[in-house]
Amino acid sequence: MEVEKYILAVITTNAAKIAGGAPIFTCETKEEMEFVAANLEAILDGIAHGLGEELYIIVKH
Amino acid sequence: MNEYTLPIIFGVLIGLATRLYMLVTDYRQYPTYLHGKIIHLSLAFIASGLGTIAVPAIMEEEFAAITFLALAASQFRDVRNMERNTLTELDAFELVPRGSTYIEGIAIAFEGRNYLVMITAFLATLAYLAANIWVGLVVGISAALISHKLMTGGQLKDIVDIEYVKPHFDGAGLYVDNIYIMNIGLPERQKEVLQYGMGFILKPKNFNARTTIANLGQRQAILHDMSTALGVYRDSGTPALVPLAKRDLDDGRVGVFLLPQEQDLEIGMAILERVPTLENAIRMPTKNLKEKVNKQDGS
Repeated sequence: MEVEKYILAVITTNAAKIAGGAPIFTCETKEEMEFVAANLEAILDGIAHGLGEELYIIVKH
Repeated sequence: MNEYTLPIIFGVLIGLATRLYMLVTDYRQYPTYLHGKIIHLSLAFIASGLGTIAVPAIMEEEFAAITFLALAASQFRDVRNMERNTLTELDAFELVPRGSTYIEGIAIAFEGRNYLVMITAFLATLAYLAANIWVGLVVGISAALISHKLMTGGQLKDIVDIEYVKPHFDGAGLYVDNIYIMNIGLPERQKEVLQYGMGFILKPKNFNARTTIANLGQRQAILHDMSTALGVYRDSGTPALVPLAKRDLDDGRVGVFLLPQEQDLEIGMAILERVPTLENAIRMPTKNLKEKVNKQDGS
């Protein structure tokens, strides 16, 4: 079976909660996190999904 | 010139007229281009020729000649292939694709229309030769009208009630009414979605309709037709801005989320009501099987 969705990047303000294979971008503020997520979304042609206040993931569909 | 020349010309013309009558370019914009139309008219010419010539062939007792009708069948199966291939190729470049169920439906319709042209031409010529030109004309026109009626399928408004609902966010989740559509994280995107987004709830009128609108091809057809008519606020590389239709598992309602460029609710509703119910999506579980099962249980 082909994997159709995968996490390209993780953007967070709380790096303590994250571990694993995808590239992790740690940011200082929420604004910075949104900025990075918006840019990565455009660059990677993925969707920035929000998983709570301090965590975004970029997913390729 | 012999006794059959006029009836044959007459039959061919009636056949061509039938095809022209069925070849309407509407809001679905297909076929728009002149070359596409010419292909279909030429095929209709062949079809009506075949239908027409069958009549004199029978009258002259040239029964072997009738076998050329078998040729016609394989000829027109190619029409379906042609349409399918063209549309599938083009579909990859649509911002909101038609989906293969819709494409198959269109392809079948194009094949079917050629057979109707053949039958119409056959009947018109037969009536001309058996009676006179006026009877031929009447038979031809009625056959054309019946063909048109046969080729007009059902519409979405026959099977569902449509209601406009403004989409809203609950956290990062986008909802139409209580139906979850997708997760959009960035506040910037959320603002765009709220500004341009339109939501519709399709409430099935009965159990059969529930299965029909659950079909993914049918849902894609709805999204495609709406996006063609109203434009779409998206580009390549913006997967977050994508029209979607999701289903409420509890009661089979479908929530349609769209991003039209033109925010015209009235036109949107009108187009949505007229979306064709696809032949390949229609299911009628209650029609036969359930009745049979119930009967068996009862006896």
